[in-house]
Amino acid sequence: MSNPASLEVREVSAGYGGAPVLRSVSITAPAGTITAVLGANGAGKTTLLRAIDGSIKPSGGQIRLDGTDLAGAPPENVSRAGIAHVPEGQGVITELTVAENLQLGLLLRRRADRAQALADLYQRFSVLADRRNMAAGTLSGGERQMLVIARALATDPRVLLLDEPSLGLAPKIVRDVLDLIKRLKDDTNLTIILVEQNARSALAIADTGIVLNLGAVVATAPAGQLAADEALRRHYLGF
Amino acid sequence: MVEFLEFTLTGLSAGMIYAAIALSLVLIWRGTRVLNYSQGAMAMLTSFIALEVVYATGNYWLAFAIAMVSGLGLGAVVERIVVRQVTGRPPLNAVIVTIGLLIGIEGLAGLFFGGNNRSFPEPYSPNGLSIGKVALGITRNDIFIGVAVLAAAGLLAVVFQYTSIGLRLRATAFNSPVARLLGVRVGRMLTLGWALAGLLGALAGMLVSPSTLLSPNSMDAIFVLGFTAAVIGGLESPVGAVVGGLILGVVLSYAGGYLGSEVVNLFGLAALLLVLMLRPTGLFSSAPARRV
Repeated sequence: MSNPASLEVREVSAGYGGAPVLRSVSITAPAGTITAVLGANGAGKTTLLRAIDGSIKPSGGQIRLDGTDLAGAPPENVSRAGIAHVPEGQGVITELTVAENLQLGLLLRRRADRAQALADLYQRFSVLADRRNMAAGTLSGGERQMLVIARALATDPRVLLLDEPSLGLAPKIVRDVLDLIKRLKDDTNLTIILVEQNARSALAIADTGIVLNLGAVVATAPAGQLAADEALRRHYLGF
Repeated sequence: MVEFLEFTLTGLSAGMIYAAIALSLVLIWRGTRVLNYSQGAMAMLTSFIALEVVYATGNYWLAFAIAMVSGLGLGAVVERIVVRQVTGRPPLNAVIVTIGLLIGIEGLAGLFFGGNNRSFPEPYSPNGLSIGKVALGITRNDIFIGVAVLAAAGLLAVVFQYTSIGLRLRATAFNSPVARLLGVRVGRMLTLGWALAGLLGALAGMLVSPSTLLSPNSMDAIFVLGFTAAVIGGLESPVGAVVGGLILGVVLSYAGGYLGSEVVNLFGLAALLLVLMLRPTGLFSSAPARRV
């Protein structure tokens, strides 16, 4: 695994076609931590990830990976720099097999490292090993979520962006996925930005919590402290 | 019976050429969701370049190689300079742009090479082959056509299925936003896709021009039949494109042989209509119709 890296979002503004969604958002994710980004629908959580990964160009601000500013770089360069985005929903390429999805991620590694990395991934994600030659479109929702996370890891990332990994999954699977994310951080020291609607579960595994509302940061605090702040919880997080 | 064999073999040979054009259209459609109406005109242009090389050197194989390289280059240039400007715009823009290219390339070719039909060389003897006393109705050139197209299709299949560049090309075709998130340089892949399609078109031009003769619009009819073959195959499937080309070639050969050559074009259009009515997604498409 690569060395962990810190990610700093500094006063980033962004939006779609002139309509601003994010207003001067600042976030610091220290190396090897989980930062949960929470907030209601439309708060700008997904837009934040899309601004970080280069899918949309920020209209202002900086996105610094270990001090290097990536703001405005296209997605293929951001992923090459070591930021892997696991997009919400249909992130698997359904027409390719499970193995091909993973191999696509592995292409960002040195040729000599690919076989070992693939073997490691199959060991961690045994359900994918069993289905490696099946079309990814045949997987269940939980299995697809495993595949997109595994494929992001295949790129040897330094920072992992996870967008609503629990969306549409059964409660039991949600627990599995969140456990997996926690173990990933403990084992590999990855820096993880976790966007979740499911605030209670996300705070349970996060180090820091950030609450977005209407495109601006309204709270930044250690996860435990956020979870204990009853007024904030009721007002923004709905639990 | 001998007649039937002859019609079948000449049909397969012609079908190979439709298959090459169909394959080039499928490559571009899968990658960029653009139907390249100028594919035939591009093939015409590379064939003219080859013909000039033959005039200058008398060497068919050198001309063949130069046609292939020009096809690659022309495809890449067209994608980079013209098609790139209309990606992400309404589909009609791409239609108009490639039709504009068709008219432009044919006009330029007329200006430089004149509007006359030019005879075009073949690599092998035009004498018919026979088994014992039975004439097969085909020549070594027909066999060359089959071998060349199958080799090109086979090579492409291997590249797409078993190489990392092929994996990147497929990922780009299926889901380019996700491919970009995984570091695939999608722009380069699209250029490469168009270049490979240009190469297939150039191959089709070299193979068909001896029988159609070469003129600025000699590839128009071939393009229509290649397009029909691609639609028969479902427009998404490379295998479908090849099989669609062969089916069309054989059907048209029977129609021309048994009913007279004047019905050939009618049958071509009838085949297209029939497939669109009975199975609009094509014979080989397993995916449901794409929402645009």
